[in-house]
Amino acid sequence: MKVKVLCRNPDDYVRETTRDIQRVPRNYDPTLHPFEVPREYTRALNATKLERVFAKPFVASLDGHRDVISCITKHAKSLSTVISGACDGEVKVWNLPKRECTRTVQAHEGFVRGICSRFCGTSFFTVGDDKTIKQWNMEAPGYGVREEPINTILGKAVFTGIDHHQREGTFVTCGQTVDIWDEQRSSPVLSFSWGVDSFSSVRYNPVEPDLLASCASDRSIVLYDTRESAPLRKVIMQLRSNTLCWNPMEAYYFTCANEDYNLYTYDIRNLDVPVTVHMDHVSAVLDVDYSPTGREFVSASFDKTIRIFPKDKGHSREVYHTKRMQHVICVKWSADSKFIMSGSDEMNIRLWKANASEKLGVLSTREKTAANYNKKLIQKFQHHPQVRRIARHRHLPRDVLKQKRELKEMKEARRRKEQNVRKHSKPGSVPLLTEKEKHVVKVVE
Amino acid sequence: MAAQEVLTASHVERKAKKKPAKRYWEETENTEQNKPTEEESKDEQKQKPHTEKRKKEERLLSGKEDPFPGEKPIPQKQLRTFQRGQKHKVPARAGPKLKHAITSSESLSELAQKQAARYGLLLPEDAGFLEGDDGEDTCTIAQDDIADAVDITSGAKYFNLHLSQFGPYRLDYSRTGRHLLLGGRRGHVACFDWQTKHLMCEMNVMETVNDIKWLHTEAMFAVAQKKWLYIYDSKGVEFHCIKKFNDVLRMQFLPYHFLLATASATGFLQYLDVSIGKEIAAICTKSGRLNVMTQNPYNAIIHLGHTSGTVSLWSPNQKEPLVKMLCHRGAVHSVAVDKTGTYMVTSGLDRKLKVYDIRAFKPFHSSFLPAGASCLSLSQRGLLSAATGDVVQVYQNVWGSTPVSKPYMAHRLRGQVCGVAYCPFEDVLGIGHGQGFTSMIVPGAGEPNFDALDTNPYRSAKQRQEWEVKALLEKVQPELIGLDPGLLSKVDQASFEQRHKERVEVMGFDPLAKQKFKPRMRKKGRSSAGAVEKRKRKVAHEDQRDEIRQTVEEKMKRQKEQKERSDERKELEKKSALDRFKK
Repeated sequence: MKVKVLCRNPDDYVRETTRDIQRVPRNYDPTLHPFEVPREYTRALNATKLERVFAKPFVASLDGHRDVISCITKHAKSLSTVISGACDGEVKVWNLPKRECTRTVQAHEGFVRGICSRFCGTSFFTVGDDKTIKQWNMEAPGYGVREEPINTILGKAVFTGIDHHQREGTFVTCGQTVDIWDEQRSSPVLSFSWGVDSFSSVRYNPVEPDLLASCASDRSIVLYDTRESAPLRKVIMQLRSNTLCWNPMEAYYFTCANEDYNLYTYDIRNLDVPVTVHMDHVSAVLDVDYSPTGREFVSASFDKTIRIFPKDKGHSREVYHTKRMQHVICVKWSADSKFIMSGSDEMNIRLWKANASEKLGVLSTREKTAANYNKKLIQKFQHHPQVRRIARHRHLPRDVLKQKRELKEMKEARRRKEQNVRKHSKPGSVPLLTEKEKHVVKVVE
Repeated sequence: MAAQEVLTASHVERKAKKKPAKRYWEETENTEQNKPTEEESKDEQKQKPHTEKRKKEERLLSGKEDPFPGEKPIPQKQLRTFQRGQKHKVPARAGPKLKHAITSSESLSELAQKQAARYGLLLPEDAGFLEGDDGEDTCTIAQDDIADAVDITSGAKYFNLHLSQFGPYRLDYSRTGRHLLLGGRRGHVACFDWQTKHLMCEMNVMETVNDIKWLHTEAMFAVAQKKWLYIYDSKGVEFHCIKKFNDVLRMQFLPYHFLLATASATGFLQYLDVSIGKEIAAICTKSGRLNVMTQNPYNAIIHLGHTSGTVSLWSPNQKEPLVKMLCHRGAVHSVAVDKTGTYMVTSGLDRKLKVYDIRAFKPFHSSFLPAGASCLSLSQRGLLSAATGDVVQVYQNVWGSTPVSKPYMAHRLRGQVCGVAYCPFEDVLGIGHGQGFTSMIVPGAGEPNFDALDTNPYRSAKQRQEWEVKALLEKVQPELIGLDPGLLSKVDQASFEQRHKERVEVMGFDPLAKQKFKPRMRKKGRSSAGAVEKRKRKVAHEDQRDEIRQTVEEKMKRQKEQKERSDERKELEKKSALDRFKK
């Protein structure tokens, strides 16, 4: 007789001392783990709920400005520094981790219209309603020394925006014309105009710095090449665009924030139709900024909310609002892609997390693994109705919700009317237009 | 550094010219080549072109060839156990996004499957076995001989408890296999750690005890007494008396759902959620006294055996049985389902033992037991124990190609057997009978390697608490119980009609329904009832009219075409060969 009976030595399964960690022998045999799918689904449901429970995106509020904040810019080199300008001409430099203002400059008379940091991070430029461009040192002056700009350029007209070249000492301003300046000269090197009276924003392409895009007040977006003397082309839309931002990773895409409550992502190779129409805001969109990864962008709106859109999705994945935040004028995504800064009407700069439920600070390996596992679970079961309902739900302020419903109804009515018109007119005379085609009036070369 | 590398390289080159010393693997390689198994040889054939290619590419720094190039092949059989569903093929018309999504997820799942299959190497224990000498029948080997032959700790697993006063006994092992619960018919209830023989509680409930069951941990158990269902803790303190559950005869605990399913003498199948203490479902089975019950551990379906010879399958979500199978001529005595949920074994009054494939609902094979089997139980590794009178027989290869005939082991007891159960993760069969309890050694019954995150026999109190919280967090809702537990991961291919019906149900109205024409209220006396009716009549059946107009037009068109065609034909017919001579 040959016999063997299962006999385990407890020493192999129990820890030796209480200071040791517990032994956990595994066996991945599927028959020992029944109900794989229902259990995973339950976990996914729990993970979705927990994600909503932990969604606390608001980090800090920086107060100190004495008027509406008109513009914010990031420091080119330092993650912790942010520069903001207000409508009373004051510019403040902030230290984000300490959440305090490190320096205040009375830069302009009237509005500060635009700020940009030089690529090396040693100085920054401001433009204001007093028709000046000023260059400031990033370092605060010593004790008892007066705040003086390094350089001041007097322009002919009001400047409304400024942007600096990524690698060279040139910058671009917009106002009645789009001007390219050399830092060493007091008059523009190049000046573009295309029969329009004013521009609201201008941006250098981050990858191809000879390329520029600007938003004009005649409802158009104009593209320029600094190597040529005339603008390249422009696309005229139904309503005016306020600002635009290039996608930093795929720099042939840019997104513009429009007055018609939408954002439009364009491909510069084909301006006839926007690539995506991003809808969700219920009032004019005032500012837009891409995340450094180029996957998402954030938009600020007059409806007192900030929304985060995936770059290729038509609707936002997230909406941020507080009771106290008024019309959001400007917004920036931090260079580490983890935070969002917003400046609003009630003189505060707010710091938000880019991922609402993300835990800040150093994570242990187990925390990281758990977070990754939960993320994957939610992704796996995202189309199940229970999971989707919880993951999509966002609380909205009363008036935003009301306006959303109203807009929906208006849209439906417009659609119905168009249908009726089509029904009662000659076949083919009222063409079917997609949402993308509706908003572009024409493209001019 | 660079100079050094050059130096070593030249050094090695010089050395490489020498005849290499014989290595330990050269012999083993040869022996492996001599007798490859069928599957491995198949693998090799598949992988050969790869390995050859790699051999040329991969040379070690020393210039020697890697004797075992590539990764170690995994036997197909091992891989198959970890396969989940069929592989997805990329559809021909798929776009780049979908293509990428499918291929990447496929490669990930393949990696997971391979890693899980490779993990088999690290499992510490092997299963037990019993082999007789030449001509010796294993079923003739007595338990005493086995207990003498094995080591002292294993030998101690064969023991008898002489409890002649309150029997016969029902028994239940806890999920980890550490704790044993005994319930005598005449009220004796005891629970203890059967390996250390440490008694946790012992009492007499002074009532008939029909059945006993551990709940999710060894801290609580349920006792079906004469009238009501009671829940006690491991110290014997009565927690609850649940009067909604009366005359319970048999109980099953569904550990992943935290459900206690009870079958009563009044024909009710009831489900109690032990985590929230609520009755989830009460189903009137309308088939009399229910004293045969088991659960399918694969999908948490309850199997009930009836006196009519049928076995019915129940879920808490449906008032009717999911399936009803006629299994025996005469009453069903006992039912058992294996842990993969593939096979069901039944025994009945007709003294037959039948094996069914319950995925296809087909009989597999049946065999005749001269004395019939009153209690059946299946072990984790597929050994079947059948109690006939005072003898317990254990069968091997129950779902082999031939029906079972000769038992693997047998053991005679003092009294009539009332309950048999295998201890999880041990080679032990517990038998409750009229004269007490017997723990019998059955080599090869238990799963040798447990998963400590699921069931850990050696867990500490802290680990148990941790596990309890985790288990409660991922408690599966009773709505998810169905015949196929993997249904949730499959694509819902509901038809448009069905989806539309559900939508109508949710919204409360039909969004696609055509709106009824409502005439506008007109002033200046033009909205009299008659005028409104007139206006309504104008648009009445407008859509129908459109349709009719269309069909009529089509019909006319067709007729016209036909006419034209027939005209042409007629003209052709009119033409004769002599026409050319005309005029």
